Amino acid sequence: MEIHEYQAKELLAGFGVAIPRGGVAYSPEQAVYRAAEIGGARWVVKAQIHSGARGKAGGVKVCSSEDEVRQAAKALLGKKLVTHQTGPEGRVVHRLYVEQAVPIARELYIGFVLDRKSQRIMIVASANGGMEIEEVAKRHPDSIVREVVEPAIGLSAFQAREIAFALGLPAAQVNRMVTVLLGCHRAFRELDATMVEINPLVLTEDTQILALDAKMAFDDNALFRRPNVAELRDYAEEDPREAQAAEYGLNYVALDGDIGCIINGAGLAMATMDMIKHAGGEPANFLDIGGGASPERVANAFKLVLSDVKVSAMLVNIFAGINRCDWVAQGVVQAARELKPRVPLVVRLAGTNVEEGRRIIRESGLPIISADTLAEAADRVVAAKQGVSA
Amino acid sequence: MSILIDEKTRVIIQGFTGDKGTFHAKEMIAYGTNVVGGVTPGKGGTRHLDRPVFNTVKEAVSETAAEATLIFVPAPFCADAIMEAANAGVRLVCCITDGIPAQDMMMVKRYMLRFPKERKATLIGPNCAGIISAGKAMLGIMPGHIYKRGSVGVVTRSGTLGYEAASQMNELGIGQTTSVGIGGDPINGSSFVDMLKLFEEDPETEAVMMIGEIGGPQEAEASLFVKENMRKPVVGYVAGLTAPSGRRMGHAGAIISAFGDSAAEKVEIMRTAGLTVAPSAAELGSAVAEALRKAPSRPVMVGT
Repeated sequence: MEIHEYQAKELLAGFGVAIPRGGVAYSPEQAVYRAAEIGGARWVVKAQIHSGARGKAGGVKVCSSEDEVRQAAKALLGKKLVTHQTGPEGRVVHRLYVEQAVPIARELYIGFVLDRKSQRIMIVASANGGMEIEEVAKRHPDSIVREVVEPAIGLSAFQAREIAFALGLPAAQVNRMVTVLLGCHRAFRELDATMVEINPLVLTEDTQILALDAKMAFDDNALFRRPNVAELRDYAEEDPREAQAAEYGLNYVALDGDIGCIINGAGLAMATMDMIKHAGGEPANFLDIGGGASPERVANAFKLVLSDVKVSAMLVNIFAGINRCDWVAQGVVQAARELKPRVPLVVRLAGTNVEEGRRIIRESGLPIISADTLAEAADRVVAAKQGVSA
Repeated sequence: MSILIDEKTRVIIQGFTGDKGTFHAKEMIAYGTNVVGGVTPGKGGTRHLDRPVFNTVKEAVSETAAEATLIFVPAPFCADAIMEAANAGVRLVCCITDGIPAQDMMMVKRYMLRFPKERKATLIGPNCAGIISAGKAMLGIMPGHIYKRGSVGVVTRSGTLGYEAASQMNELGIGQTTSVGIGGDPINGSSFVDMLKLFEEDPETEAVMMIGEIGGPQEAEASLFVKENMRKPVVGYVAGLTAPSGRRMGHAGAIISAFGDSAAEKVEIMRTAGLTVAPSAAELGSAVAEALRKAPSRPVMVGT
C-alpha cells in the first residue's frame, strides 16, 4: 500500500525526522489559509498523488504571494497529472500540500528498501539527491552508498555515521543525519514498511536537515497489525475494480487489453496472460481466484471482469487440485446463467475430476466454448473475440 | 531416490486439528505419507485422525522423532511456528501459509542462522504448494494423483504452474522424482539454487524443470549456478512476460521493481547460461522431453 507525501512526512516526523512546516489542503481557500498559518513569504504548493516525478509533470508550484498560492491551488485541483509512474491515463489531483519554501544548500538521497538478495533492509544513499535514484545510478554510480542492516540488532549508529561521512556531510551535521537515518529505520521496522525514500533530503542554508519529499510503501500482509497505517489508504488513488476485487478477496490487476481472465494461481494467471499475447490477443486483467474457487468466488470474479467495458471475450482457466473440476464447473455454469455474459466465454478445466467437469459444461446448454489445453484455450479465446468484432 | 522426503520421513503437522490441517493431513496419509502426529497448542494429549496431538513441537519431536513438519498456522502466527519448529530440531520445515509479513520472514531467516549446520532446518515456502516425492510421500496441498514416478525434478515458485508442468510431462510419459514449491513470497526459505543442488546430487533425477516468474534475483542466481555447477540439463520457464512494471501480480514477490526483475530479462539470463527455455506455459512438458532427448550430447561442465 502506498500513501501520500504529506502522510509519509507526518509519519516520519513522529520518528524524529525534521520536515518543513506545511499543511494539507482540499480547496484554494484552504491552501491560502495554510500559507497564512505557515507564515513566511514563499511557499510550495504540491499536488498529492501516489507518484514521484510530480515536479516534472507540473504538479509542484513555487509561490511568492497568497494570491499565487490561490492560483496554483486552483490550477492543480482536479487536474490530471501524467508522470512516467502513473502511466498515460494519469491521476486526478484531489489534495494539495502547502509547505514553506526552504533555502537549499545541498540535496541528498536516502532510501530504505527490503532487499531481496540479502533478505534484509538495505539503505541506499547518495550525495546526488533531487533526481530519481535510477538516474543517479546511471550518471553518478560511484556516489551511491549501500548499507545492509543486521535484523537482530537493527541499524547501528556507526553505520549511520559511516553513511553520513560518506555523503560528505560537515562534522557538525553528522549527528543530525544519524538521527534521520535511525528514525527512518525505526519507522520502517515499526510500521512494516517495504520502502522509505526521502528525495531530496536537503541541507538548508541555516544547517538544518529536512525531508523535502518523502515516499513510503507498506506491506499489505502486515496491515492487520498497523491500523494507523491502514487508515491512510486513499481509495481515490486506486482503480475502482481493484478496490472492489480487494473487497471480494480476489487478486485483480487491471490491464489494457480486451480479454478478461479468471484463473487460479498467480503463476498460472501470469502464464495464461502470456499465452493470450502469444496467440495474438491482449489480456484485460490479471485475476487470481485463489485456492478455493467456490461458486460465490467464481460469480464475483465474473462480475468484476464483466464490469470492464473493454472486455470482448472471457477466459476461465482452472487447474483444479483440491477443488474438483466438477465443483468448479458448477460454479462457472451457475455464474454464466445468472450473469449472462455479453461476450464469448472460453473455459479450460484441468486436474481432479476433469471429465466430470467438462461434461457439466457441455450439458449445461450454455454457449460456452470448451478447451482442453492451455494453448487451445488461448487460441480459442482470441478467435472468439475476433468473431465478435467481425 | 528423491529429494527432501520419501515414504519413511516422519512428518508432523502444525495446525493439525484445524479445517485445513485436517483436510490435507487426510490427503497426505491417503497418499502414503508417514504422518506421525501433529501440534495444536492446548490440545496436547488428545488424538486426531488416529494420531497423537502435542502442545509444542519440542514435545512432538521427542515423542515421535519427527523429521519434517508442515505448517498450516494462520499468517500472523506463522513466523513463530516456523521458529518453534527450527528450534525443536525439525530438519525440514514446509510452510503453506500465504500472507506472512515480509519483515517476519526477514526475522525468521535471521533466526535460522543461529543453528549449527548439523541441526539447521531447511525451510520450504512460505506461500507454496509444498513438496511431493512422486509415489512416495506428500508434504503439501497438491493433487497427488497428477504426479507420476520418474526422473525429472521440478522446482517452482507457482503452485498451479507446477501442476501444469507435471500433467504436461505425464501426457508425454515423463514422470517426476520430487516437485518442490519454493513459494511466491519476496523473502522465502529455500531458493532455486538450494533445490538445484539437491537435484544435482540425487541419483534418480536426470533433468530439472525450474519454473520462475517476475520479481527478485533467484532465477538469475540459479542460472549462474546451473552454468557453473550442474551437469544435469535444466529447463527453465518464466511467467509474466505481459506483466506491467511496478504492479504486484498476485504473489507478494511477483513484482517488477528493479533491473533484472522482468520475465524477458530472466529468460535472456537463462538462455545465456545454457538452459533450455520453454517458450510458453503450453510447452513445459515438450521442452523437458526435448532436453531429455538431447541430454547425452550436452557438453559436460566440470565444476571447479
